[in-house]
Amino acid sequence: MVKVTYVQPDGTEVEVEGNEGDSVMATAIANDVDGIVAECGGSMMCATCHCYVNEAWTDRTGERHEGEEDMLECAAAEVRDTSRLSCQIVLTPDLDGLRVQVPEAQV
Amino acid sequence: MTLVEGHKQIAPDTAVPVWDTDPYDLEVLVDPYDWWADLRAKGDVVYIPRYSALMVGRYETTKKVFSDHENFLSSRGVGLDDFALSKPWRPPSIILEVDPPDHTKTRKVMSRAMSPKVAKALGEDFRQTADALVDEILEKGEIEAVVEFAEAFPTTVFPKAVGMTIVNKRHLVDYGAMVFNSIGPDNELRKDATTRVPEVARWIMEACDRSRLTDDGMGALLFEAADAGDITAEEASLLVRSFLSAGVDTTVTGIGNALWCLANNPAEWEALKADPSLTRPAFEEVLRYTSPVHTFCRTSGRDTEISGIPVEEGTKVICSLGSANMDPEKWGDPENFRVARKPVGHLAFGVGIHGCVGQNIARAELDAVLGALIAKVDRIEWTGDPVWRPNNAIHALDRLPLRFIAK
Ligand code: HEM
Ligand code: FES
Repeated sequence: MVKVTYVQPDGTEVEVEGNEGDSVMATAIANDVDGIVAECGGSMMCATCHCYVNEAWTDRTGERHEGEEDMLECAAAEVRDTSRLSCQIVLTPDLDGLRVQVPEAQV
Repeated sequence: MTLVEGHKQIAPDTAVPVWDTDPYDLEVLVDPYDWWADLRAKGDVVYIPRYSALMVGRYETTKKVFSDHENFLSSRGVGLDDFALSKPWRPPSIILEVDPPDHTKTRKVMSRAMSPKVAKALGEDFRQTADALVDEILEKGEIEAVVEFAEAFPTTVFPKAVGMTIVNKRHLVDYGAMVFNSIGPDNELRKDATTRVPEVARWIMEACDRSRLTDDGMGALLFEAADAGDITAEEASLLVRSFLSAGVDTTVTGIGNALWCLANNPAEWEALKADPSLTRPAFEEVLRYTSPVHTFCRTSGRDTEISGIPVEEGTKVICSLGSANMDPEKWGDPENFRVARKPVGHLAFGVGIHGCVGQNIARAELDAVLGALIAKVDRIEWTGDPVWRPNNAIHALDRLPLRFIAK
């Protein structure tokens, strides 16, 4: 199990247990985390799974994927250096304890 | 080598259940739900001797095969013909029927041309057209909604979004149906489609030429990518063709199927009217529940496996997206149409690198259509029985006799 904490825009936090190999998006959906819409189901077509990776974790979540940049341009909320599409971050044991922030808006 | 339906005859592993059936039987195509349940009950993968092909219909296995573009190729055709062994009926699609790295290039250009931003910008025109169409329908009261609603909407907004200057609504709808019938076996449906190909395909290629397109549509975005050197002008034309084959009949089907779901489930229609924030999730549930594209194939590019069962190179795998979307293992109560389900992960748009690149446009169209219905219509009632239209890959209605009652 890999623990992931989602921080809502109002500061509330939920910590959930994710499975290795699942994405940060799929983990949010499986646990009914608010604010991750994921309309396209992870095909990198929608930008409604946008999240901000906590700065302490950006090294471990790595670079944006091919095509991710393009899609982030369509995100509803402000795009920052730490912005990622949560469907493109796959949980590994390395990411146990990961913290991501949910943006103000997804659509 | 013996060819069956244009692909290699295989000797399936002895562990694979053999099922003597026809997935493309007209009765199955018209009412597939029980047949899908049988398919899932047989196992993760079954052998269909009639077509010498494997078939998958459980959610997890179907998703796995569809996501695994390294073992299960698209370049050898997403129908039963293996393009490595038999000649395709039209030049293959340069996005749907290719693998990386060729796919990566065209996919990038197409996803830019149909990005969420582009879809959002089109939304205003979609909403105006939907409002006007629903007003017209309410004036008539009783309609045959396949022609008067489901076909009327996309054939109005989509050619405009692409920037087409010559429009033949009949050809636009029929071209998609022909392309989708042609990815089945050589049955009557495919034979009928093939006889009409020359006339319609000629018109389609002409309509895709740059000289026939405006300079502010999605088509122009593709030719701009050609000017920038990302693709060639010929590729841009072929990608405009992909808009037309994949983008009209599919959304016609999406609208028809949505009306069918709402007319059949009045309580869900009430729930939707009461909470318009469910408009987009409701369309996802329509997609899951009816799978407008029910089947696509893949071809194993090398010896591989599905659920631990060996699969030899050159095997066609028929993937039932429709069955996967009704798998109780995944959905719990798949037989219930629930607008608030939010079925993230349904396979109606496929999954993986080929996942529908037009999905933002499809969602924008349905958002407009359902939004206009919610705003103006109180009840949707049958005036006769709905009739489904068999197609080798599309699960669409042929007739929708409906009455619309204004708020
Ligand atoms: C309700 C409507 C629609 C449904 C159910 C649908 C379904 C699908 C499915 C299942 C695939 C995956 C094919 C595969 O993996 O082999 C796909 C791919 C595709 N769709 Fe859609 N589609 C719809 C609307 C559209 C629209 C409006 C367009 C826009 C022009 C479009 C263009 C495409 C293209 C070009 C591909 C190939 C993508 C690739 O191979 O990378 N579709 N669609
Ligand atoms: S879920 Fe759509 S881009 Fe991530």
